[in-house]
Amino acid sequence: MAQVSSVADEQPPNPLSTTKSILLRISRFNPEFDDSNKFMEFTVSYEKWTTVLEAILDVKKHHDHSVAVRYSCRQATCGSCGMLINGKPRLACFTKISELDSNVVTVEPMNNFPVIRDLAVKFERLFDTHQKIKPYLINDDSELDSELDSNKKEFLQTPKEVENFIQFANCIKCGLCNSACPTMATDSSFVGPQALAQAYRYVADSRDKGKDTRLNIIDESHGIWRCHFAGSCSQVCPKGVDPAMGIQFLRGYLLGFRS
Amino acid sequence: MKESTIMKIHYGTALASVGLVAVHILMRLTTGFSDSLSYENVLANYQSIPYVIMLELILILLAVHGFNGLRVILLELKQGRVYEKAVSYGVVIGMIALIGYGSRTIIMTNMGMV
Repeated sequence: MAQVSSVADEQPPNPLSTTKSILLRISRFNPEFDDSNKFMEFTVSYEKWTTVLEAILDVKKHHDHSVAVRYSCRQATCGSCGMLINGKPRLACFTKISELDSNVVTVEPMNNFPVIRDLAVKFERLFDTHQKIKPYLINDDSELDSELDSNKKEFLQTPKEVENFIQFANCIKCGLCNSACPTMATDSSFVGPQALAQAYRYVADSRDKGKDTRLNIIDESHGIWRCHFAGSCSQVCPKGVDPAMGIQFLRGYLLGFRS
Repeated sequence: MKESTIMKIHYGTALASVGLVAVHILMRLTTGFSDSLSYENVLANYQSIPYVIMLELILILLAVHGFNGLRVILLELKQGRVYEKAVSYGVVIGMIALIGYGSRTIIMTNMGMV
């Protein structure tokens, strides 16, 4: 007679606890009162799936509620929780502690952004440069009218046309690329890899007619030519966008290799 | 001038300089290297008009490329309207001065005034 195992038998036995602990070092800095930052250290337990953001929130809940951190979606969509984690710009919600291979996790505010407090930084410069490159489809009204007159409700694109820009449309404006950029560190007027990648996103879009306008905006002394192709922006992007490649493509337009 | 025009000149002068400096170095190899640097041989080079034209071109290309490179570095180091204007005019003046002084040397040597 065949043995029939019960559902309970098929379930794995209760796993032994895999909880480990790390030393979480959090940069503390309030520009209104402090001359420089200092680190506060907390021992935090974590599981295989615990993210750095969860560890920080654990510190806020159980140790020090005054730690300032910006976050929202917890799923690498909103781009709010960018910070330096063990020296590299990353999203705290997208970085598991277990992936860091370190018993010490140091979190600091992103480079190249003014600090509001602790881990929260000001995004004004990023948003200003993003707005500057006109991050929307530009079409002249006559074309829109003629499209509507002919009962077309959509600007259709081929898969090939979409492929030209789609990876750049994944940008979540988290600022990690600007934080990693060496030119941003010295040139306070540099437009930055985030805005340049977005300029390419719209220039490469077949529905957009604002190419010349955008190329004029980035063709200035602190524009696209100040990129030295370090490529660190592409290394740190959590969404797989390659701003360095977009910048080189934009240069191709300005040098006459692309049209 | 638009920045893209300046950078086209920057890249163009770099490429042309590599070509002309290569020719310049190859011409050193036509005689022994130490001989080519002897005083009489150096002066003799300046008597050849095509060679003088090439030296003048190298001088202009490297001055334009080098001073624009300096401008770029200085613009990245510090920002500000007055500073940036000073840098832009400063490098143009420096470029003209260097080309002027170098050309003077080339012309005087060619005319046997040295």
